[in-house]
Amino acid sequence: MNLNLTLLGQAISFAIFVWFCMKYVWPPVIAALEERSKKIADGLEAANRASRDLELAQEQATQTLRESKDQAAEIIEQANKRANQIIDEANEQVIADGKRLREAAQVEIEQDILRAKEALRSQVSVLAFAGAEKILGATIDEKAHSEIVEQLAKEL
Amino acid sequence: MGIESPTASAYIKHHLQNLTFGQHPDGTLGLAHNAKEAAEMGFWAIHLDTMAVSIALGVLFLWLFRKAAKKVSSDTPSGLQNFVELMVEFVDGSVKETFHGKNKLIAPLALTIFVWVFLMNAMDLVPVDFLPALASFIGVNIFGADPHHVYFKFVPTTDLNATLGMSLSVFALIVYYSIKVKGVSGFVGELTLQPFGKWMIPFNLLLEGVGLLAKPVSLALRLFGNLYAGELIFILIAILPWGLQWALSVPWAIFHILVIVLQAFIFMMLTIVYLSMAHEDH
Repeated sequence: MNLNLTLLGQAISFAIFVWFCMKYVWPPVIAALEERSKKIADGLEAANRASRDLELAQEQATQTLRESKDQAAEIIEQANKRANQIIDEANEQVIADGKRLREAAQVEIEQDILRAKEALRSQVSVLAFAGAEKILGATIDEKAHSEIVEQLAKEL
Repeated sequence: MGIESPTASAYIKHHLQNLTFGQHPDGTLGLAHNAKEAAEMGFWAIHLDTMAVSIALGVLFLWLFRKAAKKVSSDTPSGLQNFVELMVEFVDGSVKETFHGKNKLIAPLALTIFVWVFLMNAMDLVPVDFLPALASFIGVNIFGADPHHVYFKFVPTTDLNATLGMSLSVFALIVYYSIKVKGVSGFVGELTLQPFGKWMIPFNLLLEGVGLLAKPVSLALRLFGNLYAGELIFILIAILPWGLQWALSVPWAIFHILVIVLQAFIFMMLTIVYLSMAHEDH
């Protein structure tokens, strides 16, 4: 077991290896490790942020949904009101129309009656003349007696 | 067993001898042919096997990690990147747990120590005769060497030079950062003015000096001792009749999976602790 030049040789090799390792091996590997741990930290933070955003979005969605439900209910109520109003208006219209129609019909009927009376009156005079002719057995001068008959017919 | 059925003790000795290259006493350069020749070469010799295996493993580690680092992305990782990220995160976590200052060197240093020491330790799990036999084959057939002279100790961390080389580098960093952070006076003060105040400076220096020097020595010897002992036991098991070896080597290898990771981790962790202590101001 001799101590000799090998000692120095080993020390020199050792120094060279350490230098090489320090210069060309350690920095890239440790840089990659640090970069990866930073990436992971960033990823975790992003995930946290995303879940927070999701929560917020869900809350917002719920609120929007509630608002739109309220709005829909309001719209329906308004529509119902409007429908009732329209129905009421229509009813009134119908009633008014009916009244008007009835009145018009009434007027017409009255006119018809008058017309019928008129017609009847003229017929009655003719009939009276005919009856009188038959009774008297002679022709009555229509002109002479028509005044009397018309007087009569008017009384009908 | 080894080449040409040597005796058990020769077999063990052969396995524990490094392939040493250096200057012989007569002035010629060459490989040591036995332990005595290696010892005679003194300090100016080099263990070719330790150097080759450790550098190959270091290059393997850096090639693999660089390959992943070039294609690294912060998207879903896969395959090699997964593994590299796992290691980097593990080391980074260990460093951040212990060291709270700002220092660009400590984490890559810890990663290099952990993976490199682990790979060198893992050589322990290769059966003890595979690589020496391969080396001997190459040595005999290509270089025409005597098989008895081809040594190949393939677990670098069972060579005290390798562990001490690393721990002394760490020691140099401890001293460097101590002075850088606290200044020369702060560092000297730390060594001399505690724990007993300025009237006990020699005693304090002795106490703290031993404490400081014990750091690299204990780092190196802990790793070396664990792996050397483990390897020695594998070699001893390899002396048994071949039919029996699996009964011992398999449990020992399984146990050693734990040891090699644990020793790499301890070396890394203690380095981090020592360097963070060097950064702390009392």
